[in-house]
Amino acid sequence: MRFYALSVYLFLYIPIGVIALFSFNAGRNASQLQGLSTKWYGVALSNPFVMDALKTSLTVALTAAFLATAFGTMAAVALQGIHGPVRKAFDLLIYVAVMIPGIVIGIATLIGLVTVFDQLNPLLATIWPGGATPPKLQMGMGSLIAAHTMFLMALVIIIVRARLAGMDRALTEASSDLYATPFGTFRQVTLPLIFPAVLAGFLLSFTFSFDDFIIAFFVAGSETTLPVYVFSSIRRGVTPEINAIGTMVLAVSLILLFAAQILLRRGARPTR
Amino acid sequence: MKHEGYDASTLAAGQKTIAEFRNVSKRFGSVLAANDLNLRIAKGEFLSFLGPSGCGKTTALRMLAGFEAPSEGDVLLDGEVVNNLDAHRRPVNMVFQHYALFPHMTVAQNIGYGLKQQRPRLPKNLIAEKVSKALDVVRLGGFETRRIWEMSGGQQQRVALARAIINEPKLLLLDEPLAALDRKLRKEMQIELQNLQRQLGITFVLVTHDQEEALSMSDRICVMKDGRIVQVGSPQELYDRPRNRYVAGFVGTSNFFDGKVTKVTGTRASVRLENGDEVEGSPVSQVSVGQSVSISVRPEQIKLHRSGDGATARVLNRIFLGEHTEYLVKHDTLGEFLVLSPRQSELNDGPFNTGDVLFASWEASAALVLDSK
Ligand SMILES: Nc1ncnc2c1ncn2[C@@H]1O[C@H](COP(=O)(O)OP(=O)(O)O)[C@@H](O)[C@H]1O
Ligand SMILES: [Mg+2]
Repeated sequence: MRFYALSVYLFLYIPIGVIALFSFNAGRNASQLQGLSTKWYGVALSNPFVMDALKTSLTVALTAAFLATAFGTMAAVALQGIHGPVRKAFDLLIYVAVMIPGIVIGIATLIGLVTVFDQLNPLLATIWPGGATPPKLQMGMGSLIAAHTMFLMALVIIIVRARLAGMDRALTEASSDLYATPFGTFRQVTLPLIFPAVLAGFLLSFTFSFDDFIIAFFVAGSETTLPVYVFSSIRRGVTPEINAIGTMVLAVSLILLFAAQILLRRGARPTR
Repeated sequence: MKHEGYDASTLAAGQKTIAEFRNVSKRFGSVLAANDLNLRIAKGEFLSFLGPSGCGKTTALRMLAGFEAPSEGDVLLDGEVVNNLDAHRRPVNMVFQHYALFPHMTVAQNIGYGLKQQRPRLPKNLIAEKVSKALDVVRLGGFETRRIWEMSGGQQQRVALARAIINEPKLLLLDEPLAALDRKLRKEMQIELQNLQRQLGITFVLVTHDQEEALSMSDRICVMKDGRIVQVGSPQELYDRPRNRYVAGFVGTSNFFDGKVTKVTGTRASVRLENGDEVEGSPVSQVSVGQSVSISVRPEQIKLHRSGDGATARVLNRIFLGEHTEYLVKHDTLGEFLVLSPRQSELNDGPFNTGDVLFASWEASAALVLDSK
């Protein structure tokens, strides 16, 4: 048993370790270590294509994480007050949304949006005033942010709801008993108490969006996110530069996941 | 109008109504948590809802607070129907069973919370001043910057109290506020609550399942059973003139003997007990011949003698309580009952030890003939 477990871990982590190690390769051969250096990090960070892709990735991840956190938190709070079949249906859909494979979300979003855009674009052209050229709806950063927000929202709902479920209902009742409006109660009592979970939801969303390749591959249109850039570069051969990018993405993800874990653990501490 | 439940919708002359239940029922699915409540609460009084767990006390309180709307009937505050008025718009405050203090705020922020919600906003220093005064009232002066979790249970209780009274509510609702405290602290808080109520003149509505708590603090007690009001009255009224066997058993202790009415003459009724004995008693309300009733005799109303007449009873157990001694005696035909004798009777007659055979007697006026429900 131990032996198998060990082999599984080795199988999983050795390639990652190799990538991290080779990102410090002094030579330019991807399979032969020729002394250590950080020069490939410099190369990666001064490559304008890498920086563009990084900027796109950061914009998408920040926006999608922000929207997913805002909408997800609102949905989680609202779902607290709903019971019965509607609630059950919502619960089911939320779990389905989290478990659905990325490729399905990617293809479905692509087909869905392309179909809608094909219908809307001619319509826009006819109603657009003054003969000016109307904006053309197409796949791009907007569609990518939308697709990410949709599935990240489900993730945020699950995280925030776990925290809400552990909160004493009497606290919100006490707040409204003390004359706070429903929004006042949310701002002064509910939000501060669930904030660790909200922040953790944001960090996890950011990580998932930042790392996502599959959905982005389908719906990013002409935009290139960092994972998509890495994928297209690999077809020209693995260089230590790619390893350096991979290692940086890995480091950022691990740090954020770790932070989220700490927040969730702290959030789970009893409040009374 | 004929009511199903007990009607307590009249007050003594000169009293002003601050809140009222009119034919109020509350359903949770198939559970009828409140069943045709009719009750007026007088301005400035200390009223307790008393009854066993699950009888609907909290539900009644929550309808006053605005957390539940009645399924039928009307809840009135200060003469206005407030059935669907949100809790945050009601001039009423509640002390929650487990205090429900905000864990992310200091003591001062908790207490000032209600004032902070007022619009237009109150100046910060005015709030701080009132908070420190409220802390003084509950004897926690100087605890402003403490965290909630640094406070003991008794202190948290006082913070919860201060957080409510600082708003000078028209009604202060307390849901089993002392249940989580230990016995000694509970006694202290009972006295403090009572003093506070007199000092502030705020109407207190308390929920408790502890008869001693209700008896010692309240001006009036509303006894409940299965969602209904059974009787409302001063502690003494309920003790001396319980409406039925349930109230007599719930308010204080009593000995019950079941039987049927055989004769009614003036203020007395004769009751044939299950063992065939015929006993005289005083009906609290109208009884008729043939009705099933319970005779209730309070333990302190029964006298024990070495000689004389009355039923003979053997002492099964004796508990010396200082001023009083409690005996469990067994009567040949009536069965076991409790007797509470003043110290003086033992001083006269010598101690009644376990195994002694004595005579037990009581006045017919002390034997209440009660509806056996
Ligand atoms: N929110 C609720 N949903 C369903 N049933 C409830 C609810 N609140 C109270 N009940 C039921 O109503 C009855 C009275 O409850 P409650 O008012 O809490 O009694 P008490 O405070 O006297 O113990 C109980 O049977 C309880 O289970
Ligand atoms: Mg209760």
